[in-house]
Amino acid sequence: MGHMTIDGRHVEFSDEKNVLTVIRNAGIDIPTLCYVSELSTYGSCRLCIVEDDRGKTFASCSEKPRDGMVIYTNTPRLMRYRKLILELLLAAHERDCTTCVVSGSCHLLELAQRLCVDDVRFKNTREPQPIDRSSAAIIRNPNKCILCGDCVRMCSDIQGINAIDFAYRGTDALVTPAFNKTINETACVGCGQCRVVCPTGAITVRNDVMPVMEALADRNAIVVAQIAPAVRLALGDKFGLPKGTNVMGMIVNVMHRLGFDEVYDTTYGADLTVLEESKEFLERLSSGSGLPLFTSCCPAWVKHCETKYPELAQHISTCRSPMGMFSAVIQEYYKNPEKNEGKRLVNIAVMPCTAKKEEIRRPESKNKGVQNVDYVLTTEELASMIERSGIVFDKVDIESADVPFGIGSGSGMIFGVTGGVTEAVMRRLNQGHDRTAMADIKESGVRGMEGIKEFTYRYNGRDLSFAVVSGLANADKVMEEIKSGEASYDFVEVMACPRGCIMGGGQPAKSGPRTRTARYKSIYETDINTQIKKSDENPMVTMLYEGLLKGKTHELLHRNFEEAQREREAAEQ
Amino acid sequence: MLDQSYYDKTDAIIQLRGKEERFLIPIIQDIQEAYTYVPPELLDYVADKLNISEAKAYSVASFYENFSFEAKGKYVIRVCDGTACHVRKSMPILEALTENLGLSKRKHTTDDQLFTLETVSCLGACGLAPAVTVNGKVYPKMTPEKMLSLVEQLRKENE
Amino acid sequence: MRLENRTQLDMLREDCVRRRNAETRRILVCGGTGCLAGGSQQIFEKMKELTAAYCGNHDIQVEFGEEIAHTGVKKSGCHGFCEMGPLVRIEPFNYLYLKTNLEDCEEIFQTSVLAGKPVERLMYKQDDKVYQTEEEIPFYARQTRLVLKNCGHIDAEHIEEALAVGDYQSFEKALFEMPPEEVIRIISDSNLRGRGGAGFPTGRKWTQVAGQKEKTRYVVCNGDEGDPGAFMDRSVMEGDPHRMIEGMMIAAYAVQAKEGYIYVRAEYPLAVKRLEIAIEQAEHLGLLGDNILGTDFSFHLHINRGAGAFVCGEGSALTASIEGKRGMPRVKPPRTVEQGLFGKPTVLNNVETYANVPMIIKNGADWYKSIGLATSPGTKAFALTGNVNNTGLIEVPMGITLREIIYDIGGGIKDGKKFKAVQIGGPSGGCLTEDDLDCSMDFDSLKKIGAMIGSGGLVVMDDSTCMVEVARFFMNFTQRESCGKCVPCREGTKRMLEIMERIVHGEGQMSDLDELRELADMIENTALCGLGKGAPKPVISALNGFGDEFREHIEEKRCRTHVCQDLLTYKINPDKCKGCSKCARNCPADAITGELKHPYVIDAMKCLKCGACMEGCPFGAIYQE
Repeated sequence: MGHMTIDGRHVEFSDEKNVLTVIRNAGIDIPTLCYVSELSTYGSCRLCIVEDDRGKTFASCSEKPRDGMVIYTNTPRLMRYRKLILELLLAAHERDCTTCVVSGSCHLLELAQRLCVDDVRFKNTREPQPIDRSSAAIIRNPNKCILCGDCVRMCSDIQGINAIDFAYRGTDALVTPAFNKTINETACVGCGQCRVVCPTGAITVRNDVMPVMEALADRNAIVVAQIAPAVRLALGDKFGLPKGTNVMGMIVNVMHRLGFDEVYDTTYGADLTVLEESKEFLERLSSGSGLPLFTSCCPAWVKHCETKYPELAQHISTCRSPMGMFSAVIQEYYKNPEKNEGKRLVNIAVMPCTAKKEEIRRPESKNKGVQNVDYVLTTEELASMIERSGIVFDKVDIESADVPFGIGSGSGMIFGVTGGVTEAVMRRLNQGHDRTAMADIKESGVRGMEGIKEFTYRYNGRDLSFAVVSGLANADKVMEEIKSGEASYDFVEVMACPRGCIMGGGQPAKSGPRTRTARYKSIYETDINTQIKKSDENPMVTMLYEGLLKGKTHELLHRNFEEAQREREAAEQ
Repeated sequence: MLDQSYYDKTDAIIQLRGKEERFLIPIIQDIQEAYTYVPPELLDYVADKLNISEAKAYSVASFYENFSFEAKGKYVIRVCDGTACHVRKSMPILEALTENLGLSKRKHTTDDQLFTLETVSCLGACGLAPAVTVNGKVYPKMTPEKMLSLVEQLRKENE
Repeated sequence: MRLENRTQLDMLREDCVRRRNAETRRILVCGGTGCLAGGSQQIFEKMKELTAAYCGNHDIQVEFGEEIAHTGVKKSGCHGFCEMGPLVRIEPFNYLYLKTNLEDCEEIFQTSVLAGKPVERLMYKQDDKVYQTEEEIPFYARQTRLVLKNCGHIDAEHIEEALAVGDYQSFEKALFEMPPEEVIRIISDSNLRGRGGAGFPTGRKWTQVAGQKEKTRYVVCNGDEGDPGAFMDRSVMEGDPHRMIEGMMIAAYAVQAKEGYIYVRAEYPLAVKRLEIAIEQAEHLGLLGDNILGTDFSFHLHINRGAGAFVCGEGSALTASIEGKRGMPRVKPPRTVEQGLFGKPTVLNNVETYANVPMIIKNGADWYKSIGLATSPGTKAFALTGNVNNTGLIEVPMGITLREIIYDIGGGIKDGKKFKAVQIGGPSGGCLTEDDLDCSMDFDSLKKIGAMIGSGGLVVMDDSTCMVEVARFFMNFTQRESCGKCVPCREGTKRMLEIMERIVHGEGQMSDLDELRELADMIENTALCGLGKGAPKPVISALNGFGDEFREHIEEKRCRTHVCQDLLTYKINPDKCKGCSKCARNCPADAITGELKHPYVIDAMKCLKCGACMEGCPFGAIYQE
């Protein structure tokens, strides 16, 4: 506790970790390019420089607030320094701003405009680097990198992958995989969090909009899309709607107008997952082998576990992800000539996730060697399609998703947040669905935005032990404990992105704590507003089990290990 | 492809130093001493053994000027360009060598793998400026002429 | 043999003194980096042979040992008079022989070792006067060698030699007679200030570490002496490693640390070797290790070799490097004393600072304060290099003037040229000019004139040095060594260097000077670490002191020292030119015209400065200006 004087105004502070936070809390948006509150303080951009009453300058991100401090944030001198720093950054940056994908959301450009950088006096003498398009999820353009290190710290500190890091030093410094390999040669899981924190266009989402547009224009194609739960809470950000607004109805309408024949809700697929995963969990519980059961919804986590902990990979559920199950079902459904009207099916998934773009290419995701999903579009890409079409988003009507896959339960909806899968499974395990039982589950410890949550839940006279994890570095902690025997669980849910899919790598970037909280609140509100709480009570799901899925649950809802085996053998030859 | 002996040697080095991140630099120093350079395969191998990512190991190794990922020549010539040497005209020596050996800013090793040319910021032998080292041996008070005749002599020894 | 208690140490020391005194003749061949490069190893071997041949079996003692009168042949550490190497010192006469050759050994041996007479032709001469002993030579006579006292006078590879001259006495005193707080109090009272740069009080640092809640602490020695033109620390590590190790041990005892690290730059292999030997020998005697001398104090010492990164001289970059990371400075707080190496409280001092510690403990704070100035007590070692007659390592009391150093110790400017400037404290130290010659050399006085002692490099420049080019050189150095973390240093120094290069190539504009100042102001005030903040200093101090030269380069396209090649013009001396027309035919730019048998002229505007004319002129009539 204490007070300081900021630009002549008296400001109270309590336990803020640095002067920067105090300044921002006082309503001054001091510029930064390397400061992301959840990452460690790096202090490289120096834009947050301030001066004290003796004219001493210091970076506010790395100074502890002290009682009685007198600081100035906006003197002409500081303005000069900041402007020059930005000018220097721009000089070493590939400045194709007019055609850059992130132009509208580029943090560097925004600051340059805010701080009135009106001239760049220095030539860009950096040696041009090749653009890395090897990943299905992201594209890296080192020529736009300003070496702030946000992606590096995200990839190593939060995600524990460290696929990229700095190399060399001084003006030769680069962010790159080891020995300038391409991303697909690294342990990258495609989570896209690097791209979320990147303040420029150096890391962007691989864009699949064009082939989707082509399909929409093809009269011989029937184009079907599914919308993941988290997408609807974030898309509105791009169109100026209040953070966290659920725009599902608008999405359905606008996508119909864009030419999608059917728009379904992945929540439905999530309900299928709950049933299959609960069944597998109960089987493993009764046999006592294969515990803990790891969730398999998150492709980044699945890949990470397989690469780093191959010895634990058999703990991963055999279930496909909700998108995977659902797309297999859709594909099966449209095999019926009555449904496909003799056209080819183009199966699209709109996801908050970049790793899904990799998931659909995995052999386990395929059926008879064929991809179930043709293209994954991220929330960002959907937004860009809408912008391109000229449809004024905030003026569109709302519509409900198409039958028969337009109805999902609240359980399916909450998949979009950390703990959601676990809560859905708990609801499924619970026989009743009265309000007390639901409230008990809610209070069990499954909710909350912490990276690691551990709790027990009583089932059939037995205390089941759960771990709910988001962020892969957190997952590493839990895995190490499992390996060493320090911890033992029955069920482990892992989402690669901190706080789950609502903060996925394909969601609109520039999302801070406020966005996070709004999306978190909104997803549970949607759950509250949904009549059906439990996946097993979704009548459309029950119908599917009695119809299309008969005798095909294994083929359509579980991962295709035979295919994976075939591909491995083919590769070896 | 490196043969097994490289990995055995690396295992021995790791064994001697210890399997912790803090031994990364000493381990690569030992590897470089053994082979005059750090073969990329071995860096990846060490990273795996120390349980750090390849990108991290590369990040550290590429930061320090001493590490080379390419094989060096039989004679490593280092011209000191510290202040004292610079004031006493070390650059003409470097220029003479660069020209004589047919090297450039990007090319440090001759095609016959005989010479590698590097600069060093200060050998601390300022009293002997300008100084040059060949495989660690200090040659004091050099001139371009003395340097070139030394190179000629080394060439003859290898004919 | 492991020493189990204090008595055993004292007995060993007495034994060492006795054995050293038994050496009635000592031949000390300098084994510092400089002299080794000059061939001192062969001289050492030759002296051993001669001793064996002449003195017979009983008298000769090549290695330290028997307790009978004999001649000892030692490979000593650096004397500091590197310019004059290889050096050979003969005790007890203290004759110092300079620039010794292998062929001189026989004569030295016959005349000095056997007959006790000087060989004057190998001795130092100045103004026709011959200086027989090391102590008389003006280079040494004007110095106050406390830290470097033993450098050059003992064999650094034998701990017995170090024990004989008193090393480890202070540690013993601290360990048995003082509680840790008392040690810190003495160091604080002495006002010893860190010799690595800014002169932070050492006692305050130790107090802060001792006061931390965390009980795992480290003692780290910064031996990453990266400033070009500095080699003081190297000489201590090579010449008297035990003194520095003892200083670290005292520090460890004071803050109750159990582990210590010495970070030595990669370019000092000999220092590493000598330290390794010293540590091994100290461990063997039980002076390092567990339960030292039977007490419950334990201390282990490790050596980390640098890998070629100047920035690792910065504290947090150095600890990062020891941790196996990129040597990049980190933001502070937390400071090194709170969370340094491996996140633990850490005492980080440089070699010279630690080497000061034992004598302070031995003689007390008051004695120390009686040397030098009250605000900057003690001595400072400098590496005196560049265009000065006597280059080498010197140690002087704080407060001495630059004039005394250059003229009295350094013997003035080489080749009778005129003094121009001194670069002090490495690239970010600053440039001192004629006006500063009478400035007192201490932390505070230098700070006042915008310079700093830094690690203690003194590069003297005469009037044939182009200050613009030197500023470009330093800029190039800091730019090349920038770690690349913070934007001001990474991008800013790059642009400053570009401008400096433009100017020395004759492509500068006067507005470039404003741009330089604009960049420098921003970098100095915003860079992340001290190295970055200091990076623009050489350019700015050159600009302040030698603005005219910058202007000449830019406006007149002229370099008065003829150093900047691109600013030279080719001219034909009409007296020498015979009008043969060869130059005109050689000229690729048709810049030379004239009439046969009459002097030719070069059109400066057309000239490409390729030099083809000068190379081909059979009469030497073409010259550069």
